[in-house]
Amino acid sequence: MGEGFFSRGFRGRRRSQDTTLSPGQYLVDGFPVLSAGPTPRTPLEEWDFSVVGEVDEPKKWTWEEFRRLPSEEITKDIHCVTKWSKLGTKWEGVSVDTLLEGVETAAEYVTAFCDGDYTTNLPLEEVTGGKAWVAYAYEGEPLEPEHGGPARLLVPHLYFWKSAKWIRGLQLTSYDIPGFWESLGYHNSGDPWREQRYWGD
Amino acid sequence: MVAVQPRRLLWRLAEVVDVVPETSRTKSLVLEVPGWERHKAGQHVDLRLTAEDGYQAQRSYSIASAPEDERLVLTVDRLDDGEVSPYLTDVLMAGDKLELRGPIGGYFAWEAKDGCPLLLVAGGSGVVPLMAMIRHRAAVGSDMPTRLLYSSRSFEEIIYREELETLAARDGSLEVIHTLTRSRPKGWGGYDRRIDAGMLEEVSWSPDESPLAFVCGPTPLVESVGTTLVSLGHDPAHVKTERFGATGG
Repeated sequence: MGEGFFSRGFRGRRRSQDTTLSPGQYLVDGFPVLSAGPTPRTPLEEWDFSVVGEVDEPKKWTWEEFRRLPSEEITKDIHCVTKWSKLGTKWEGVSVDTLLEGVETAAEYVTAFCDGDYTTNLPLEEVTGGKAWVAYAYEGEPLEPEHGGPARLLVPHLYFWKSAKWIRGLQLTSYDIPGFWESLGYHNSGDPWREQRYWGD
Repeated sequence: MVAVQPRRLLWRLAEVVDVVPETSRTKSLVLEVPGWERHKAGQHVDLRLTAEDGYQAQRSYSIASAPEDERLVLTVDRLDDGEVSPYLTDVLMAGDKLELRGPIGGYFAWEAKDGCPLLLVAGGSGVVPLMAMIRHRAAVGSDMPTRLLYSSRSFEEIIYREELETLAARDGSLEVIHTLTRSRPKGWGGYDRRIDAGMLEEVSWSPDESPLAFVCGPTPLVESVGTTLVSLGHDPAHVKTERFGATGG
């Protein structure tokens, strides 16, 4: 569809940075908020983060313990399936590699689970090797609840619904379990450079 | 959950049958979409515009029509600095073609058979997917108790005002409650402030009645209404949200 078709009278607004955008995206300066339900607010004293599932020994950190883990500063472009992209966003958080250090597992997939019962699924290889973090600061400030604070997953090379807000842990599995949006019509992998927005893309 | 067999969402070439002004900033696009599969009220579509040199822009728009309606209707709010919405409201006319795919989004959606009293809360053009629910409800003759709390800046900016009046007048189980935040006509008897906890407590069903809430509007409204409904005792899993940010659409 679309071969030879054009929209009568549409010129569009191109920007010089468009070369760095994945297909079908446009640039925003603000930081739009998208979530399916009310923003959960878990007090930090009740917050913990765990690694569970098919692991030899589950791991768990309190907020204070989590914040003492080695952290990294990350600057990445992000791409939301609703078409906006934002360049050069600055985060601080703990690498998923750090969280999985010493974990023995035969698992090939991971489900990020969150307050508000949100989940998203990823192949383990998409979140290891310096590709994903659990971020707790954005642009030098504690991450706001509406953007996923106290902590969210950050997987900037995939559409942003994979960067689950309000994350509380990672469940390692030997099989792939579609998460919340992945069960509701969104693509299982979500690579913005291949424009994998919806089922079958 | 069971993985469903992926089915590609194809781009389709729709024909614009009519462009209907709703308010000074919003217009409804009435579309004939060959091969369109029935949507659920609350879902949206992706539109794709293509310039003569091949440049493309995509945006998402909520569906305003009921699944039962003969034609697909999108209502578009014109954003002055937008790239796509001014084209849709100012340039597009009957007879033009428009590329779209959908329906998209299975969570912010309602079918009459879902049950539960409905609490619909809208800010501005956030009323569009909620209107699809109200039209669906009317089309199937549902008497599911439904309240729409709808915040607009002014009387003139209320989208679908007359249709809402007509529907509520002939259906005792539908109530429409307006609040006007910026200006009000003389003798206005409705609310005159932003939606707050007191207003939600007056308007919403008691949490004991397990209402299903759909909240759609700009982010500050959605954040505040969502948080307030939870603090009033509503089950967070029964509060579904969708946002209409002015993000360049």
